[in-house]
Amino acid sequence: MHVSKEVRTKNIPKLNRRKNVQGKIMFLYILPFLLLSFAFSYYPLHGWIYAFYDYRPPLKLSQCDFVGLQWFNMLFANPTQIKLIMKVMLNTFAISGLTLATTILPVIFAIFLSEIKCKWFRNFVQTFTTVPNFISWVMVFSVAYSLFTGTGMVNTMLLKIGLIDTPIKFLDGDTHTWLSMLLWYIWKSLGWGSIMYLAAIAGIDQELYEAARVDGANRFKLMRHITLPALMPTFFVILMLSVANFLNNGLDQYYVFQNAFNRQHIQVLDLYVYNVGMTGSSPSLATAIGMLKSLVSITLLFAVNLLSKKIRGVTII
Amino acid sequence: MAKLMEKKTKRKLTATDITFNILNYTFYVIFTLICIYPFYYLIINTISANDLSANGAINFIPKKIHFDNYVNVIKIKGLSTAAWISLLRTVIGTIFTVLASAFLGFMFTQQRMWGRSFWYRVIVVTMYFNAGLIPMYLTMKHLYLTDNFWVYIIPLIVQPFNIILVKTYVESIPSSLQEAAEIDGAGIITVFRKIILPTCKPILATIAIFSAVGQWNSFYDTLIYITNQKLYSLQYLLYCYINQANSLKALINNTAGTSTNVMSLAIQQTPTSVRMTVTVIVLIPILCVYPIFQRYFVKGIMIGSVKG
Repeated sequence: MHVSKEVRTKNIPKLNRRKNVQGKIMFLYILPFLLLSFAFSYYPLHGWIYAFYDYRPPLKLSQCDFVGLQWFNMLFANPTQIKLIMKVMLNTFAISGLTLATTILPVIFAIFLSEIKCKWFRNFVQTFTTVPNFISWVMVFSVAYSLFTGTGMVNTMLLKIGLIDTPIKFLDGDTHTWLSMLLWYIWKSLGWGSIMYLAAIAGIDQELYEAARVDGANRFKLMRHITLPALMPTFFVILMLSVANFLNNGLDQYYVFQNAFNRQHIQVLDLYVYNVGMTGSSPSLATAIGMLKSLVSITLLFAVNLLSKKIRGVTII
Repeated sequence: MAKLMEKKTKRKLTATDITFNILNYTFYVIFTLICIYPFYYLIINTISANDLSANGAINFIPKKIHFDNYVNVIKIKGLSTAAWISLLRTVIGTIFTVLASAFLGFMFTQQRMWGRSFWYRVIVVTMYFNAGLIPMYLTMKHLYLTDNFWVYIIPLIVQPFNIILVKTYVESIPSSLQEAAEIDGAGIITVFRKIILPTCKPILATIAIFSAVGQWNSFYDTLIYITNQKLYSLQYLLYCYINQANSLKALINNTAGTSTNVMSLAIQQTPTSVRMTVTVIVLIPILCVYPIFQRYFVKGIMIGSVKG
């Protein structure tokens, strides 16, 4: 006993050194991954300097003119540019605003679905309404294209019933573009968005309902006073995250649905950056806009996080 | 007693309840139909006579069923290459992401690692910012990844969110498992292979499923980084097909027209039939995988919501 203790104390420095070496070796193991993270997340930030040059793609950056804040000034000084930007911002705000306003829909969907007592029917609805979430926007567009073209199912039906004389141009027109974008988004995400709430409802203590029923609460009162409050924490987080992503509509949905007719109303910020930077002539302007967008987004995220901390005492990032 | 209770609850069904139930069921039936009918519509149109489907005559019941569309579409030049690319990126990308997430998630639980919490933060913070489209494109260009198959794989290997998931999971495993193995002389890699990988199976399955669906559905990266047609993913090719109905017609005539000049209208390829058939081909893996792995998807979103 005595001897072994002595041996152990003697070995401590040696052990520590071994631990140190081990720690360094472990670091070496993860080093390649750190480099990957650096290459694809930190290194791209250097591209922001292109916003201060008049970059013309075949040339090298060193051969291009340094223009300082010209692109940023242009965004706020050139009248035609201002008009265009305002239009794009309007689209972004309209579509994001509509999306934000419908964040509550999955909550309602879940509450009413949980009112259905038949278990297999609930599972059936849950399984099939989540499928659209797992197909890409290209597929959604293909589905839309198949159903809503001149010879698609919707127009054929409407013609047959006699509601219309000529096929409606659902896709190659510019009527209700914001609304139709919102509806496709809801079609794709409503079922999936409700899963979290359904799980939360399943976790509510049934005794609460029993007690309220004894007190004479009806179905709607139970929903309003027990189910809804129980879902609020989750709803709040989701809402805050969508506020933080207000400017990030993503490119996919709007890119696939855009065409010459609806460009006026579908061009959100992400799509505009793509159109200007990749197909247009000005990568520098696109970089400048993208840079502003990133800065605003990260500010929003911190603001929302602070708000969440103030209101609920929990951070979301 | 139980029977009595049952009777009591049954009697409680008032007129309001019945109306409520009817309305409620009706809504969910309709919404579910709206969610699945489009897929049904696509499928019945691809197996019906092509002249009928091009005129919009197939809405609910398939007519004159045939499978020539599938046989012919597979012959279209470029489609099999794209399918191969999509399959490869899904398989390779998923394997890389899962292994990297598992390894990093595990390594970041090791207190001994040099600068552990610092490096962990360095990786996690990348979730919250991005450089934007053009800088990303230029980066890929500098790294020789544009027009390169590996652009589908390498940038997606290190995924902070997945790493957080694995790390949280590993922390819930008793550390005595690892200690016992180390006393038996196992190195860190052996511990990872023999202990961590098997015990983390549930969370890794979830990550794999999400990553595979993401890879299969990805469209953006082809659009931005790829110009070489041989590297097109299936999703991007489908997008091209939808938008270029005319060139598609030429393509079909080149492929199918030479072999059988006298083709009946019912099985002759039309842009509509090709578009729909390709859509269904892209769709099928998702529709097959989804019901089997639904619980993993649900689990995934639940874990994600606990701590983002």
